[in-house]
Amino acid sequence: MVESTGGVPRIAGGLAGWISILIPAVIFAYLVRFVPAIAAGDAVLWAYDWVPSLGIRLSILLDGLSLTFALLISGIGALVTLYSTRYLGNHPEYPRFVLYLLAFMVGMLGLVLADNLIALFVFWEVTTLSSYLLIGFTSDDAKSRRSALQALLLTGTGGLALLAGMILLGTIAGSFELSVILTRGEMIRAHPLYVLIVILFLAGAFTKSAQFPFHFWLPNAMAAPTPVSAYLHSATMVKAGVFLMARVNPALGGTDLWFWALVIAGGFTTVFASILAIRQTDIKQILAYTTLMALGALTLFIGAGTADAIKAMMLFLVVHSLYKAALFLMIGIVDHKTGTREAEALRGLGRKMPLTFLGGALAAISMAGLPPFFGFIGKEFLYKAGLEMGTATLWITGTIFAASVLMFAAAGISVLRPFTGRPGDTPKPAREGPWAMVICPLILGAFSLGFGVFPDYAEAWLIAPGTWAIYGDYSTEVEIYLFKGVNAAFILSLVTFAAGASVYVLHRPLRGWLGRVCAASPIRFDPGWDRLLDGVKELAAWQTRYLQSGVLQHYLFVIFAFLGVAVAVTLWNREALAFDLDLAAELNGLVFKHWAVLVFVSAGSILTAMTSSRMTAIASLGVVGIGVALIFIMFSAPDVAITQLLVETLVVVLVAVAMLKLPHLEVSTRVRDTRLWHAILAIGMGAVTTAVLIGVLQGDIDRRLSDYFEVTSWPEAYGRNIVNVILVDFRALDTFGEIAVVVIAALAAYALLRGTHYMRPGGRSAQDRPR
Amino acid sequence: MNSLILNAATRLLVALLLLFSIYMLLRGHNLPGGGFIGGLIGATGFVLYAIAHGCGATRAALRVEPQGIAMAGLGIALAAGVFAVFFGDALFTGQWLFIFTTEGDYGLPLSSVLVFDIGVYLVVFGSILTIVLALEEEV
Repeated sequence: MVESTGGVPRIAGGLAGWISILIPAVIFAYLVRFVPAIAAGDAVLWAYDWVPSLGIRLSILLDGLSLTFALLISGIGALVTLYSTRYLGNHPEYPRFVLYLLAFMVGMLGLVLADNLIALFVFWEVTTLSSYLLIGFTSDDAKSRRSALQALLLTGTGGLALLAGMILLGTIAGSFELSVILTRGEMIRAHPLYVLIVILFLAGAFTKSAQFPFHFWLPNAMAAPTPVSAYLHSATMVKAGVFLMARVNPALGGTDLWFWALVIAGGFTTVFASILAIRQTDIKQILAYTTLMALGALTLFIGAGTADAIKAMMLFLVVHSLYKAALFLMIGIVDHKTGTREAEALRGLGRKMPLTFLGGALAAISMAGLPPFFGFIGKEFLYKAGLEMGTATLWITGTIFAASVLMFAAAGISVLRPFTGRPGDTPKPAREGPWAMVICPLILGAFSLGFGVFPDYAEAWLIAPGTWAIYGDYSTEVEIYLFKGVNAAFILSLVTFAAGASVYVLHRPLRGWLGRVCAASPIRFDPGWDRLLDGVKELAAWQTRYLQSGVLQHYLFVIFAFLGVAVAVTLWNREALAFDLDLAAELNGLVFKHWAVLVFVSAGSILTAMTSSRMTAIASLGVVGIGVALIFIMFSAPDVAITQLLVETLVVVLVAVAMLKLPHLEVSTRVRDTRLWHAILAIGMGAVTTAVLIGVLQGDIDRRLSDYFEVTSWPEAYGRNIVNVILVDFRALDTFGEIAVVVIAALAAYALLRGTHYMRPGGRSAQDRPR
Repeated sequence: MNSLILNAATRLLVALLLLFSIYMLLRGHNLPGGGFIGGLIGATGFVLYAIAHGCGATRAALRVEPQGIAMAGLGIALAAGVFAVFFGDALFTGQWLFIFTTEGDYGLPLSSVLVFDIGVYLVVFGSILTIVLALEEEV
């Protein structure tokens, strides 16, 4: 594979490759122009009315928080797409991959930039869906499909909760614009629904950002191609939940509920994930669990909520995105070039892959928190914020200490061990990756070092504006520095290094011990998830068996019984059964023709119900229909009468055609039983319908519409048959809809009849009976 | 069904039913009738024909697939509705033209409403025949 021809670098993946790199790069360059204004404490607002009738606006809020996120998304996005040109450029589905990835990027950018809650939710779901497609990109792998579905179901369910929370929040705040909601925090926190809103928001954020106990989808999501893991599942998407919590912190934060919910969930996730990280042997899995740990720490510090904590959280957010994306990309190169990601199999790659080693080492040192890297600053400020907390100091500091120690060890396991020592055997002979891949971790690693040496830039551009936006106070002083004398945080750092180094040295026996402990623990989330899904499926199968008997009679029985009961209950509740009806006078008013029709219809009905022959039943049902048509004629509705007569005729013909071919009806005892029920149902339905009709006649009929049509039918529509004029002129659109339904019904019936026709030779078709 | 009487009567009845169905369609605007009823009567005629002569003969007599007739009807109804847009009116506003008008008499009215009703006629006609013929051929 030749990398360049005549000095012009050729991009694998062709046009799709170029497009995939240029879009994020251009967005990044565009966003960089806003940095000075945002660094000065401004916020950019821009709005476009999307669905004005529902108050949904596509509005953009560009402040320190959203700009930092947007820069990370587009910047890391450009690197990841460049990397993907070589990682997946030869994959036959590469253009599809680019489409998914760009769709994800648009969703993520929209999510962080949206000012309108509903728009934010729409973009939130775009990231969920595109993440589903990306995790399941290797769709021929069952594990990959399962992971994709798991992520979709978990984050999708959280998304629904979030939507409910957003609607509540927008309603009580009186606006769906975040820029407005964030200024009404006191009113929202005092509202009785505040607790519910927090729970719903956290359900959304915790599932998206994989907080305990929803953490298990994230390590599984590593089934995605490595660039996707680097992009979605470490640097951007999983931080959407963190972003959301940070975004609404000025409105929802500052209460005990918020504090303890975030501090406990975040802290527990942090410790839990860092312990599990040591247990893994697959380096990508180690990185996945350390990502969980980082998400937990971010949640913890948003919850802690002091100015120092927010500053530390913002700092750690940038630190983590830079080093974690780099590490994922590094392990991707190793995997691509050696064919394995197992920590035990990889040794001494440094000599064969020096540039990859350099990129990985820069990131890993930042992750370990060694000076003068950006990670060191991040860790110092986490410690400082933890030590200066008024409440829960011990819990927060302890959590961060444990996490930092294990991160130090994880950094060693994932970079120091594979690249140093004596070269071992790998499935493929190790060699350096192509420039398009190697350059990406190098650039990110350089930022980790650069921001560490010159923290003022990071502070002015990203950390300070971000802190102001989350803390909701633009006068907060934000200052970050690499080293400011020996203090408690620094001493704690030194202890961390010592402890981390010991864990690294002892990590293999530790891993074995952890494996035994985990094997003994009765709680398993992943199999639990499977059991939950199986339970849902069983429930569905049970209710299908119960409700979908496959017998048409049962369906009709249930439908009519429900209808009858619903109408009867409604009549009862509305007290519509108090009829003012003089039965004797009504009966006296009947003349011979009324009696004749009454006898005609009754005789038809009784015969239909009593006969054991299908043909007789159908024919006598036709008699009933014709009797009804006679009633229409008596009350001067000739149009309706003609239609009734014709429809009745056709129905009798149609049903007779079908019934002719059915076997003779056997009368068994079981049938007698069901006939009793059918009789009760039929009499009940008749009674309810009669009650409704009498009830209708009791009230005054609103004649406004009838009068209008009577008056205007001739002068405006040149027709004297009002029924027809309404059908074809006044309400022509309705009629059009109806005839469209008629056509669709006819085509559906045709397809069904023909469909079963083709399947006939194999016996009963699959559609006959629901499984 | 082989019945001499039915066969003989059908020849006459089908023609009468079809003529009557068009009569019903045309008079519908002022007197009982209209596209829906007309379509039902027309379909009844062909259903009768199918019972007497079988489905194959009916399809041959129709010359066009009944589902095609139904869809053409839907298209005609839509066209009649969209027609109004070209005159700056809202969708489905009736457009009228009176020819041969004399003093005190509207003359012969032509309208998009009639076209719409013809569309309804064809939809009902075609849909019923689609189902009936498919059903008869199936069982």
